[in-house]
Amino acid sequence: MNELDAILAPYQGRQRDALLPVLWDVQTAYGYISADAVHAISHTLRVPESDIYGVIGFYSLFHDEPVGETVIRVCTDLSCGLAGADDVLHELLVEIGIGHGETSSDGRYTIGHTTCLGLCEHAPAALVSRRGVGEHSVASATSQRLLNGTERYGAVVGGDALNLLQDLDQPLQDYAALRQALFDLTQEQVIAEVEQSGLIGRGGAAFPTGMKWKFTHAVDKWPKYVVCNADESEPGTFKDRVLMEHRPHLILEGMALCGYAIGASKGYLFVRGEYPLATSEHLVEAIAEAEAAGLLGDNIMGSDFSFRVEIRRGAGAYICGEETALFEAIEGKRGFPRIKPPYPTTHGLFQQPTVVNNVETLSAVVGIVEHGAAWFKQWGTEKSAGTKLISISGHVGRPGVYEINPGMTLRELIEDHCGGFVGELQAVLMGGAAGTFLTPDEIDVRLTFEDLRAAGSTLGSGAIMVFNTSVDMRDVLGRLGKFFQHESCGKCFPCQLGTQRQMEILVREPLAGDRERLVDIGLTMTEASLCGLGQTAASAVLSAIQRWPELF
Amino acid sequence: MTKTVTLTIDGDSITVPEGTTILEAARQLDKDVPVICYHDATTANGLCRVCVVDVNNGRVLQPACVAACTDKATVETRNERVERSRRTILEMLNSAVDLAEAPEIQDLMDDYSVDRERFPDAKRREHDLKDDNPFYVRDYSQCVLCWRCVQVCAEDAQYTFALTLDGRGFETHVSTAFDIALTDSPCVFCGQCIGVCPTGALKPKVEFGIQQGWSMEDIQRSTRRPRRKNITIED
Ligand SMILES: Cc1cc2nc3c(=O)[nH]c(=O)nc-3n(C[C@H](O)[C@H](O)[C@H](O)COP(=O)(O)O)c2cc1C
Ligand code: SF4
Ligand code: SF4
Ligand code: FES
Ligand code: FES
Repeated sequence: MNELDAILAPYQGRQRDALLPVLWDVQTAYGYISADAVHAISHTLRVPESDIYGVIGFYSLFHDEPVGETVIRVCTDLSCGLAGADDVLHELLVEIGIGHGETSSDGRYTIGHTTCLGLCEHAPAALVSRRGVGEHSVASATSQRLLNGTERYGAVVGGDALNLLQDLDQPLQDYAALRQALFDLTQEQVIAEVEQSGLIGRGGAAFPTGMKWKFTHAVDKWPKYVVCNADESEPGTFKDRVLMEHRPHLILEGMALCGYAIGASKGYLFVRGEYPLATSEHLVEAIAEAEAAGLLGDNIMGSDFSFRVEIRRGAGAYICGEETALFEAIEGKRGFPRIKPPYPTTHGLFQQPTVVNNVETLSAVVGIVEHGAAWFKQWGTEKSAGTKLISISGHVGRPGVYEINPGMTLRELIEDHCGGFVGELQAVLMGGAAGTFLTPDEIDVRLTFEDLRAAGSTLGSGAIMVFNTSVDMRDVLGRLGKFFQHESCGKCFPCQLGTQRQMEILVREPLAGDRERLVDIGLTMTEASLCGLGQTAASAVLSAIQRWPELF
Repeated sequence: MTKTVTLTIDGDSITVPEGTTILEAARQLDKDVPVICYHDATTANGLCRVCVVDVNNGRVLQPACVAACTDKATVETRNERVERSRRTILEMLNSAVDLAEAPEIQDLMDDYSVDRERFPDAKRREHDLKDDNPFYVRDYSQCVLCWRCVQVCAEDAQYTFALTLDGRGFETHVSTAFDIALTDSPCVFCGQCIGVCPTGALKPKVEFGIQQGWSMEDIQRSTRRPRRKNITIED
């Protein structure tokens, strides 16, 4: 049996949903996916070759042409840009003697850039892929470090650490909340507790979690699925990474609780491809541990509830954080968002009823079931119940992930917890690339969903990026423009065309009429795009036009 | 009995079966809602968004071709918001794609007072002409990405799967696997894709030859069916 056959052997009899895993295996072995490999995969999974080719072409981490033994991608997004990433990239290219995106003639290196890697507290960051080995991240990247080897980074955590950020790195004990649910609570009682807790989804769209579970529970159609959204690609967001690396069992227990509540026996945990293999392997180990302890798998703790979790790796596409695009990715397709309705509660993964929740949301559920809704509501406000994780980066003393009691102000968070502002504050970007800017006189806003909404801003996924007066805001806007241009899936015209036109205007010298052009493009993307990406791709730009009209 | 919904479209009331799209209802009332990607014979995917209408003054506009009518809704098919979106989409499309052979889109651009020079120095989607078979030529510089050709080649009709979308975002384009010639692909030259293409991107070689001013002899030579080489029997 040749090497390719050996790689494909475990996939015999599998179908299209195994496509991303196969492509990863082939690429890890060969560095790229050749036409011969596509031909063989097509036979194994019975998927047309053209479709496989289209899938490879959609995901940034897949290659259909040979690349170097080591592929280095330096993050040149917002926080890394501030920390000198452009220089690191330039030095690397000079050192190896190649141009951007090229492969060295000895075949050892391919070097390029990438959008945010979710390591912003360690900016500048880079992703290194080695043939036959896989991906790892390099924190505080320098060209020497990137060429010389592996590096581990520690998570920077802080804030009040009231709930989710407690007990980091604890060995597996028991799934006490799950035990309680299985033996003392009905499905309806679990859902009621989650509803009463007022928990709102932590992935950015701020939908009430209990309601989502209730709708899915009510559908008379099986199988049902639980999907944990760990795609975490919103620039400036890295809280889910910290949970995956330091509290994997909390996430798995939350998924199992959801499975019990809605009547699902299968869960998928979809991790963005840029998170290093170590992150997903960590989760794979945690699953094995839990299965060995009878906390996951068949007849959990001797009950008649069975639940298994499968890890899926994305392959480089911000859009796959959008829930329906994520389903398409798991199904082995290009990550195009679907038209809604129908919603995932009735037509989700494989067109079956599905709950899709963010990593932090599912983690929060565990405490709610174990200690009750009232316990959870001791923190936060009526409309922003419970603690919230914030990823903060840029010009603050201690960038990192902070667990806060919602209601504290942005200024308090930064001055009392994050080591204060570095330099003189110019602007804060709330909610990541899809968010909005605040000026220095707006930072006494309270950090709750409702206060920020009232201020015309957003908490979004909890990303906060801080810029001091050394930063050229046009440069920041240019990077935002490039991000969306790179990440638009291309399905609908307003975003496919608008992200390109918006980026062009933001990176060139200003021309008369640009402000009107940006407003027309921005409002058209916001009002006419198919999904949340296009609908927010201009939100930071439009907020900047309001605050700093002289820049345009 | 099927459930019905009643709504008003530009002030006119209409009652339709539940599930009827806004486009269908508007057409029953003889309202003109423009479309680019929509085609009666292919799955509607809500791509072009020139069909957007204002429903209940909502946060976002709704694509009439796929959005279902809802009870008591107030729909405006052409107000200021709708016009801005349609005009801007057309301006951006025109700045990226060669629309010279898309008369319907040209008419739309006139109707919406499009500034054809709105985006100076904008990058265009330019592709080399693909003339790799005796039957048709493909000029993707004229492709608006309506997906119809890909769909009829796949599950909407032919189940041949010669075509796919490649790339992402602005760089998205229609391609065969690894961009091989159509003659090396599973293409059976059924011509369905040509039939649904709304622009000049896909056209019969004869038509192309006449446009180029080729002689009848040249056209005949270029469209002669080659003997199929490379036929291998798979085990
Ligand atoms: C472009 C885009 C990217 C998104 N990325 C993520 C993501 O990385 N993680 C996430 O949990 N939700 C993301 N979402 C939101 C999801 O669609 C979905 O609302 C969420 O996963 C639901 O979980 P929640 O209710 O627990 O927040 C994204 C949405 C859009 C439109
Ligand atoms: S809004 Fe953008 S990302 Fe969403 S479907 Fe349209 S092109 Fe794709
Ligand atoms: S080639 Fe024609 S039918 Fe195919 S996507 Fe382009 S415009 Fe549509
Ligand atoms: S890792 Fe570079 S900006 Fe987030
Ligand atoms: S016609 Fe409705 S989106 Fe194209």
